[in-house]
Amino acid sequence: MSEALRLALVVAGKDLRAELRSRTALLSALVFSALVLVIFNFARDPTVLAAADLAPSVLWVTFALAATVTMNRAFTVERENGALDGLLLAPIPREAIFLGKLLANLAFVGTVEALTLPLLILFFNVDFGRALPGVVGVTALATLGFVSVGTIFGAMAVRTRFAELLLPVLLLPFMVPPIIAAVQVTSRLLAGRPLSEMGGWLRLLTLYDIVFVTLCTMVFSAVVDE
Amino acid sequence: MTTPLPPADSTASRVVRRGLILSGLALLALAGVYVLALGYTPIEARQGLAQKIFYLHVPAAWSALLAFSLVGITSALYLWLADPRLDRFAAASAEVGVAFSAVMLTTGPIWAKPIWGTWWTWDARLTLTLFLFFLFVGYLALRASVHDPAERARFSAVVGILGLLLVPFIHLSVYLFRTLHPQPIVLKPSAPSLPPAMLRTLLISFAVFTVMYVGFVMARYGLSLADEAREGGDAG
Repeated sequence: MSEALRLALVVAGKDLRAELRSRTALLSALVFSALVLVIFNFARDPTVLAAADLAPSVLWVTFALAATVTMNRAFTVERENGALDGLLLAPIPREAIFLGKLLANLAFVGTVEALTLPLLILFFNVDFGRALPGVVGVTALATLGFVSVGTIFGAMAVRTRFAELLLPVLLLPFMVPPIIAAVQVTSRLLAGRPLSEMGGWLRLLTLYDIVFVTLCTMVFSAVVDE
Repeated sequence: MTTPLPPADSTASRVVRRGLILSGLALLALAGVYVLALGYTPIEARQGLAQKIFYLHVPAAWSALLAFSLVGITSALYLWLADPRLDRFAAASAEVGVAFSAVMLTTGPIWAKPIWGTWWTWDARLTLTLFLFFLFVGYLALRASVHDPAERARFSAVVGILGLLLVPFIHLSVYLFRTLHPQPIVLKPSAPSLPPAMLRTLLISFAVFTVMYVGFVMARYGLSLADEAREGGDAG
């Protein structure tokens, strides 16, 4: 197990190094999510709806869109020069490759989210106050689940003719349960509600993570092996 | 479909013919269901004539859910057995399922407008079926955009399995919203709570829609067989 984890970290490290040297995907994803926030700001009527009431939904729609855009890159970078074949030929179990890709995707999506959150606070003037650790926690919980589904779908979409369009079409239905749960928890956190009101949603998120991380790890070899 | 008809004696053409005959019979029986629904069943006291749409809406929903569940199950089996028949069946079933969900998603709002006063509401069941519809439209889009048949089969099987597991999560996550949708009337612990004439018509309609599903899937399955035979012939 620890060997698989080490190999997964090697795969993830390779992706992160490649990204840090070019920084194009990450920067574009950041600019993208900033633009989404700006559009949201102009799409709402400030006299009708207070920014703070809208913040959870704006936050999660932005996260969902930015994550979809970011996840496309994990396997598109492997497309050039048959890099994926090289990766598959390496003596690494498929599960470790998947976990490595998942970790790299989590790092990218997590970075974009970590920088989008302050932008939301800045643009929408929301005071997260003591809710901040909770929001970070629920973000991590929700992100893990849909990023693992996104990693599998990214590996498939890249081999199709309309990768950029197909990934969101396939992935968004899978984002619905974690996003609904995350929005519910976030708005309750911002309203300072007790933890007992979020228990059901948090259990749902945890179960989703367990089911989909396990399942995606299992089916990954069906996606990449001829 | 630009596929030319396969030779009359091939397996493909036999399957297509049987599927078409079965579909034709089911469509004739569907006309019978219309007659029964309009002439034989009593008019519901509170909903009036609007309730008649149930004889289409509920069986269409049944066929759609049957179609999608079978896609999920055959997908899982495909990854295990790698039998191309399973993939062909899943593809046919998904296509037919999308058609039936389209019937369900159009008849629903037509009924809901006079009865609920709104075309659409984010009720648990509505949301679930809408997302199933989207999921399988995505499934078909994926199939259409992968060229290699083996790869297409593996990819769509993965989506099929993940989709099957997504259903309980969508259901759980929307269930907490108060549900407006009528509660089960036929399949519930106590006896079905509707007049015998209504129940009989509804059950007949269920049977008709099931036969229609089988007929459509058979025809579609035969067409994929013909398609594969033609592509194999081109390559060889």
